[in-house]
Amino acid sequence: MNYHWNWGIFFQPNPMGTGTYLDMLLSGLVLTLETGALAWIIALITGSIVGVMRTLPSKGANWFGFAYVEFFRNMPLLVQLFLWFFVLPELLPNSAGLWLKQLPNAPFWTAAIGIGFFMSARVAVQLQAGIGSLPRGQKMAATALGLTTVQVYRYVLLPMAFRIILPPLTSEFLNTIKNTAVAITIGLLELTGEARSMQEFSFQVFEAFTAATLLYLLVNAVVVTAMRFLERYVAIPGYITGK
Amino acid sequence: MRNFRSIGLALVATFAVSQAGAEELTGTLKNIKDTGAITLGFRDSSIPFSYLDDNQKPIGFAMDICYKIVDAVKKELKLDKLEVKLNPVTSATRIPLMANGTIDLECGSTTNNAERQKQVAFTNTHFLTASRYVFKKASGLKSIDDLKGKTVVSTAGTTNIKQLTEANVEKKLGANIIPAKDHAEAFLMVETDRAVAFVMDDILLASLVAGSKSPGDYVISKDAFSKPEPYGIMLRKDDAPFKKVVDAATAALYTSGEGQKLYDKWFTQKIPPKGLNLNTPISDELKHEFAKPSDSPNPDDYK
Repeated sequence: MNYHWNWGIFFQPNPMGTGTYLDMLLSGLVLTLETGALAWIIALITGSIVGVMRTLPSKGANWFGFAYVEFFRNMPLLVQLFLWFFVLPELLPNSAGLWLKQLPNAPFWTAAIGIGFFMSARVAVQLQAGIGSLPRGQKMAATALGLTTVQVYRYVLLPMAFRIILPPLTSEFLNTIKNTAVAITIGLLELTGEARSMQEFSFQVFEAFTAATLLYLLVNAVVVTAMRFLERYVAIPGYITGK
Repeated sequence: MRNFRSIGLALVATFAVSQAGAEELTGTLKNIKDTGAITLGFRDSSIPFSYLDDNQKPIGFAMDICYKIVDAVKKELKLDKLEVKLNPVTSATRIPLMANGTIDLECGSTTNNAERQKQVAFTNTHFLTASRYVFKKASGLKSIDDLKGKTVVSTAGTTNIKQLTEANVEKKLGANIIPAKDHAEAFLMVETDRAVAFVMDDILLASLVAGSKSPGDYVISKDAFSKPEPYGIMLRKDDAPFKKVVDAATAALYTSGEGQKLYDKWFTQKIPPKGLNLNTPISDELKHEFAKPSDSPNPDDYK
């Protein structure tokens, strides 16, 4: 290899005049975290609602949940973001489309909401599986106690199901953070985007992507540790998720 | 014992011979001689510098220059046959592929600047381009000042977005700058009215306009964000013998008048595959550069 390593590059001023190259990467990291966090909140809320709908006795709710999951799960994320960002505004009436296009920070909102919906389909399937794994008797017993359907879910099924699916949810959370990298395709300069900018300006490609990799690893290590604590905190002794 | 000594002597002798050979030929030239092949890196959509025609074969202004360099290398090494291998590159892969020896020359539209010269070398400049912007005729944005408070797009990671950002601060434009992933997407943003202007190298804007649905709708600004910056064919750094051959080949091409002919072929006539005409006659700066070839990264050296 004929490559001129230069690890000092991170402390050299970047050509955008916004501090050093490291500052550039860190500003990308902040954007990655903001996008990831917002997307995860959307994924968790929408995913839970759709997941519950897929287990309800109502046929209509079932069908809606099924259609929702298949729609968001079967299209590549890259394609979805492209559709939301470029195609959707063209399909709307002219004034609404223009309003959407000129929204400040449009790439950020599109990315957060788009990734959120994409991940929500996965959360929904997980939750459906979690509820499905509970013994049928639990629901029956709860109903026999006189609880309404809402109460059955609120007090019996969901607390158990969420505990069971907590470990896979951790990996969905990690996926959400990693998926934010796709947002460069709609012009969001998150961590991967800033690493690419850095390599375009300085031609120090390996340094840029090494730093980006380390930052992703660091963030994901924090998430994994935090989720471990959460798992331990909510564990019920004697159940599969407890000790 | 005598046998061992003779083997040892023979080994020393061969080693000395190969040493002497290595002194004559090093680096890329030695590789090319040993393998009988040279690898050119090409871009798939840098019209008209390096792009794919309808047979998926890379063609373009920079490709033609590279083939001239290949001829010169073949002559220098006194080879009867030199195989030319072609390898696609993107802006993200050109450095790793150059560093690990996959490609020997990068034939595209890579800006030669001081920062990048710390990592790679460039041969004599083959094009000069300034940062301008494209806009829809209907929006009538005559000067840079007309961009005040508007949404302007440029491609992420380019020198152009940097110049735009600087101008935004200096001229207090208060423009909303959005980065796009690539040139096609940035142009799409202007096409769909998501942004009013796209700041980019003027020649790339010319090719995007020529290839658009209605070329008549777009205008490229007279105002520029920068002095004309040089494009160069990229090669590995610290390989003086190879660079000498490449520099000599390009200098001979540009000063002979053949450079001008190549230029006209790609910039003022219809080019394949769709018969686009970029209608960009040679600039005075580039004429001077062709008369006195230079690999300087400094825009001030091209006047």
